[in-house]
Amino acid sequence: MFFVEVKISNYTISILSFIKIKNKQMKGLLSTLLIVIGISLVNAQELTINGNVQDSDRMPIPGANIIVKNTTKGAITDFDGNFTLNDVPNGSRLVFSYIGYITKEIVVTSNDNVQVTLMPDLAMLDEVVIIGYGTQTKKEITGAVSVVSSETIEKLKPTRIEQALQGQVAGVNITTNSGSPGGGSTISIRGVSTNGDSRPLILVDGNVVEDLSVVNPNDIESMNILKDATAGIYGVRAANGVILITTKTGRKEMPLTVQYSAYTGFQQTTRKMPVLNATEYALIVNEAFANGGSTPPFTNVSELGVGTDWQDEVFQTAQIQNHNISFKGGKEKSSYSYSGSFLTQDGIVGGNKSNFTRFTNSASYNLDFLENFKFKSGLTLTRTNRKSLPENNLGSVLFNALNMAPNLSVRDENGNFSLADGLGGEVINPIAQMANTYNRSKIMKLNGFGGLAYNFLDHFTAEANIQFNYAEVNNFSFSPTDFYGVGKVQNTLRSVVFEGFDIYRDYTFDAFINYENTFNDTHKLNVLLGTSVFKTTGVLSGKTGADIIDNNIVNASIDMASDVRDIYAERGSNPKFDGRLLSYFARVQYDYKGKYLLSAVVRRDGSTRFGPGNKFGYFPSGSIGWIASDEDFLSDNNFFDLLKVRASYGILGNDRIPDYRFVSLLNGEGTYFFGGNDLEDQYFGVASGPIANPLIKWEKQKTLDIGLDMRILNNKVDITTDYFKRRTEDLLVSPQVSGLLGTGASPIVNAGVVENTGMEFAIGYSDNINDNFKFNIKYNVTAIKNEVVSVSGEGEFLEGGSFGISQPAISRMEAGFPMGYFIGYQTDGIFQNQSEIDNSAVGDVIPQPGDFKFVDQNGDGVIDLEDRVDLGNPLPVATMGLNLSFDYKKWDFAAYAFASLGNEIVRNYERNQALVNKPISYLDRWTGSGTSNTSPRVSTGATSNTVFSDFYLEDGSFVRLQNVQLGYTFSNDTEDSKIDKFRIYISGSNLVTLTKYSGYDPTAGTGAPIGGGIDQGFYPSARTFLLGVNVKF
Amino acid sequence: MKNLKIIYTLFTCLIMLSCSDDFVNVDSEDTNSENFFNTEKDYQDALVAAYDYLQTTSKFVQYAEIASDNTLCGGESATDSPYIQQIDDMIHSAVGQSDGGLRTMWQWMYEAVNRCNYIMEFQDKLEEFPSKTSVLAQTRFLRAFYYFQLVKWWGDVPLAIDKRIQFGDQFNIDRTPKAEVYALIESDLIFAANNLSYVQTQTGRITKGAAEALLGKVYLYQDKFPESATVLEKLINEGPHRLLTRVEYPDMFERYNENNMESVFEIQYSDVDGGSFDCFQCLEGNYAAYFNGPRGFVDSTGKFDTGYSFNVITQEVVDAFEPGDLRYETSILDMEQYIADNPGSSWDPTQGYEQTGYFNRKIMARKGDLNIGDAALTNPDNYRAIRFADVLLMAAEALNRGGISDARAQDYLNDVRFRAMLPDVATSGSNLTSDIWKERRVELVGEGHRFFDLVRTGRAAQEIDGFQAGKHELFPIPIEEIILTGNRWDNNPGY
Repeated sequence: MFFVEVKISNYTISILSFIKIKNKQMKGLLSTLLIVIGISLVNAQELTINGNVQDSDRMPIPGANIIVKNTTKGAITDFDGNFTLNDVPNGSRLVFSYIGYITKEIVVTSNDNVQVTLMPDLAMLDEVVIIGYGTQTKKEITGAVSVVSSETIEKLKPTRIEQALQGQVAGVNITTNSGSPGGGSTISIRGVSTNGDSRPLILVDGNVVEDLSVVNPNDIESMNILKDATAGIYGVRAANGVILITTKTGRKEMPLTVQYSAYTGFQQTTRKMPVLNATEYALIVNEAFANGGSTPPFTNVSELGVGTDWQDEVFQTAQIQNHNISFKGGKEKSSYSYSGSFLTQDGIVGGNKSNFTRFTNSASYNLDFLENFKFKSGLTLTRTNRKSLPENNLGSVLFNALNMAPNLSVRDENGNFSLADGLGGEVINPIAQMANTYNRSKIMKLNGFGGLAYNFLDHFTAEANIQFNYAEVNNFSFSPTDFYGVGKVQNTLRSVVFEGFDIYRDYTFDAFINYENTFNDTHKLNVLLGTSVFKTTGVLSGKTGADIIDNNIVNASIDMASDVRDIYAERGSNPKFDGRLLSYFARVQYDYKGKYLLSAVVRRDGSTRFGPGNKFGYFPSGSIGWIASDEDFLSDNNFFDLLKVRASYGILGNDRIPDYRFVSLLNGEGTYFFGGNDLEDQYFGVASGPIANPLIKWEKQKTLDIGLDMRILNNKVDITTDYFKRRTEDLLVSPQVSGLLGTGASPIVNAGVVENTGMEFAIGYSDNINDNFKFNIKYNVTAIKNEVVSVSGEGEFLEGGSFGISQPAISRMEAGFPMGYFIGYQTDGIFQNQSEIDNSAVGDVIPQPGDFKFVDQNGDGVIDLEDRVDLGNPLPVATMGLNLSFDYKKWDFAAYAFASLGNEIVRNYERNQALVNKPISYLDRWTGSGTSNTSPRVSTGATSNTVFSDFYLEDGSFVRLQNVQLGYTFSNDTEDSKIDKFRIYISGSNLVTLTKYSGYDPTAGTGAPIGGGIDQGFYPSARTFLLGVNVKF
Repeated sequence: MKNLKIIYTLFTCLIMLSCSDDFVNVDSEDTNSENFFNTEKDYQDALVAAYDYLQTTSKFVQYAEIASDNTLCGGESATDSPYIQQIDDMIHSAVGQSDGGLRTMWQWMYEAVNRCNYIMEFQDKLEEFPSKTSVLAQTRFLRAFYYFQLVKWWGDVPLAIDKRIQFGDQFNIDRTPKAEVYALIESDLIFAANNLSYVQTQTGRITKGAAEALLGKVYLYQDKFPESATVLEKLINEGPHRLLTRVEYPDMFERYNENNMESVFEIQYSDVDGGSFDCFQCLEGNYAAYFNGPRGFVDSTGKFDTGYSFNVITQEVVDAFEPGDLRYETSILDMEQYIADNPGSSWDPTQGYEQTGYFNRKIMARKGDLNIGDAALTNPDNYRAIRFADVLLMAAEALNRGGISDARAQDYLNDVRFRAMLPDVATSGSNLTSDIWKERRVELVGEGHRFFDLVRTGRAAQEIDGFQAGKHELFPIPIEEIILTGNRWDNNPGY
């Protein structure tokens, strides 16, 4: 990465005079400088400069850059902050820069030693932000770009990096798919724009990464989120935003630094759902049977007591442990780093049965072959092992814990797991279920990058980079024979083992030329031309086998199984894939006096996912910026340290659809039996697969962003606000199609329009009150309005999301509504008596007093599907985050909270069977006229109370105190101490959640655009307490 | 100038490093459907896929039975699978029939038809190969079978012949009058009957007998009595099939008695593959077997599995059996009686909806299969789609109603009654017609024939509660199917 720094310096040199103009001191300096330039034009005497660079604490800064302005001549400070520059023309300006410090310029007019003190840059305006095939300083950026720094990641201690984005960045919303260790998340940037894949493009050191669980958060230097049309430099797949992740590396002239950090702690559930105890349960079941006209099953209610608390049986305190070690350093022409990490995390459900373990090994090496010819490289080896239990579905462990009858014990008198007879086909003893579940996914991943950069003719840089990923995924599952009760779908009479082995490979090759020059100190021009090639291939394989010896996990392997079947070869189906992208891009960046900024990008992308004639798309985008605070009329005004207005507009593309959907392929299922119905009688036929649409082309998203950046009160207050409108057209949707086309997967068509309009606002306030006390407070809020403008044709909609058993789908994408809104019946209280029923519209199932009264929306006197209405949607109206941190002497404290407002969740973790357990809300049920107008009667008889209505919909708004951390740093007072820094801390995560939602975790969701927000017993995020250390040698 | 040279060189390098546009022209490893049918095996493989959709018709069998007066929907609760609860109660409409209801069935049959038409479309790509006639005959039988389902359920339906319906075509295809659909069905079946033999080397393959039996049925559905009688009697006289004996009969529907001598056309199911609710059409098992079984059933004999308590038999059917009828016990599982006869057995009627205590014993899950998950969907029990008893009763009906020969009609009817240990009937004319219809009900109860027998003979309104003549003879085309083909079709009358 070193050459990047050189480029940084280039930038810094060229723009410096513009940036600092508002600074009074610098203004003085500048006028001196202008005079000196005038002098230097006539005086060309050469000097030798020796000097030293230090920070405000008088500590030397090794590795700082010194450049003679407008030349390529420069030097880097050594370990002691010293440098020497020969043959410097008298009157030259020397530019001193180091990341995180305010760049300083001095004019040299003699051979005297110079002593330069660099001040920390609180505003970080010169902070370099990676914007795609290049960098810009924060000040120069004209797009909506947010940065999450390594400090933030360090504070949050995420096990997955998505957690470091939640609530930290305006416009980014994270939905945790599962709180289980290694569980995934759905990231959406500025709303959901498609019913298909709306994941952003994620690049780690330029390398496409789809599964973030393999990335060690500790290795991350920064995460930059490109939210608007400036992401257009990544044209293809940029429509859903781009997240650029940079990993840590060494720096030139850096002494070997060894850092070790570790934490250990425990996790527990945040919540147990209140359900009936055995006595309450038996009474309510008896009542339901009586209401249904059957004999109440429990005659011994008084003897039942509280019974078994199944949630207590299922939840446990689980351990978590993490270790990181890193070595970083650099010599005159090279730098290197190595880091290793180990994470192991048990689950709060299942403990070791849902363990996630990750090892990472990462190394980087950068070398300057020549002053202007540089090499960079990195290699990472990651191994993860994830065990998992059934979650978030009918029959998941938590679903069973909630529905299992409390009068049953975990084991019967013989010590066998008790059976869940009579509780429906899916509810089984969750303890038995965990004991019999063996799911494991092992990933071995090798990824790396290498790059060359060549500077020539002063202003040109040519760069070529290659990035690659190679992953092997081993999946294993074993289902021993078991019996959970009569008619249970989980019963297995024959043990089955599955072993899968998948290989994924991809590479990205980028090459580009950059021209950068500043004319007359006023016109700065940067032109980039480049090409990028991406190819992903892979092979999948899998085998199943049966009849494991002794029904024992130790014998569970394909080698020892009978009836082994290859899931691909046998059927003649193709286990390989090959997807490619070819792109050319050009970018022009221009600024006038650093005040007026302009950037334009055009990109041509080709994708294998589109057919002949539609493969290529052109994606233009542009942005402008105006640094108003640099104008004369504001520069004298001390109020604004920075006032920047920016706007961007562009067309971005999206090709996130499955391969080859433009051609009809013979990869469908078609199996039949001749001569018997055994294995040898099975014939695998050939049939068409997904329905083809030869006309599919790039999805286009028109994105507008207008933003304002402001810094006031001596850079202590930082405000960023954005208005955006994303209109996605030619949406790549998979609509419902006529059944005449058969059962192949719906074709992909370019149809539909979705709009996301929103506002983002972020404010930060940081100050050093005195040497002992520093603080920082940051708040951000995002409000997004999502509307599906059209789907594909008149009156069309797409459905998804299931509720209960065999009920119509409850989520829709439909014109005029938000994506994935819930459609169901609106209740109007409860029928208190027969005469109310006689005077109301009713449906197929005739209600009785105590049943819901549904609103007859169309007034036709009948309650039917036509009476279902929009009940709400899973999309939040607003999300926000609040970060607070302060340092007092050697103590440091940080707290962080985030909130989501206005999203709805569907409660779907109740199995409507006579004998299952129920939430305690049933204690408030209707038991006679006037007893309740919200909670219906219980009955085993026919009722419509179980159909999807607003009764099952809840407000999912929440505020969560996500993290509180307190640390203490032992200072190093002795010069020769081996330890530079030693810090210990305690940290608590997911401490308090304020919500009205009655389920486990309002932050959880599948993230599905249609069918999200339906809770079938999500695995909740754990509350975690950690004790940790950071040591720096 | 030197500088320019360097720049040129670098640009050249850059372009060379990058790729031509051909880089993104990649063919899938999967065969393009336009480039298939190059070998005899290709035709055979495509034919297997056309057979595959026979398995999906278990839903048609089950739903038709529920629509009739033979069974109630049942299931878990009043709100379990509303689309079929509504069909049971004759309150179904064009709305609410997606995801498992009529829309799914419509879609399945067109997939099936498309698979047949795919072969027909390319029938001459390979000019000659040894099994060509046989492949085409089997294909045309299958196409006829699928179109027959469509025309029975929906009347006038879009008709594609020898050509797949591809994306875009759906907006240009109209409903074809029923008669034209029947004409294609007849010609396909005649071709199949003429080109297939009574005995195939593999069980499960379409035979001449299957084609003749189906052709006879198709004629009967159109009241073409002489044609029906002719083809059915030809099968009776020339074909290899016979009724199972009284001794053999009780095992008729057991797994070990599949593809028996009485089975003229049988749909094959297997338990070797797993399956899930996500893809019913991918199943190799007969899902209906488990769905028809009693919920919470513990059978102390170990014979029967439990089930989802759908398709429960009404008291009316029980009462329709004459005393001493051999078929009663084989057809109906009377829970009270069974539990009394087999101590230790139990079931839980409160777990299901509208339970009568009687279940469809012919299509019900037995234990002893591989039970690969989801065990409810992977039962290997074949469906005897056309039994020789059906052939005899159809022949009897055609001979009687066509005024051809009541004597032969009586003979065929009495063959069936004799096997059931019932006395002969000696009626004629319309009394004989009634006796034949009565016999059809008890002989074929649970096998999915009753509803369309009532409809085709005009008796549905008098027998089925809620049935409106002029409306319920046909099912509605699901509203989505009308919208998604461009709102050009009128629905069936009354919907």
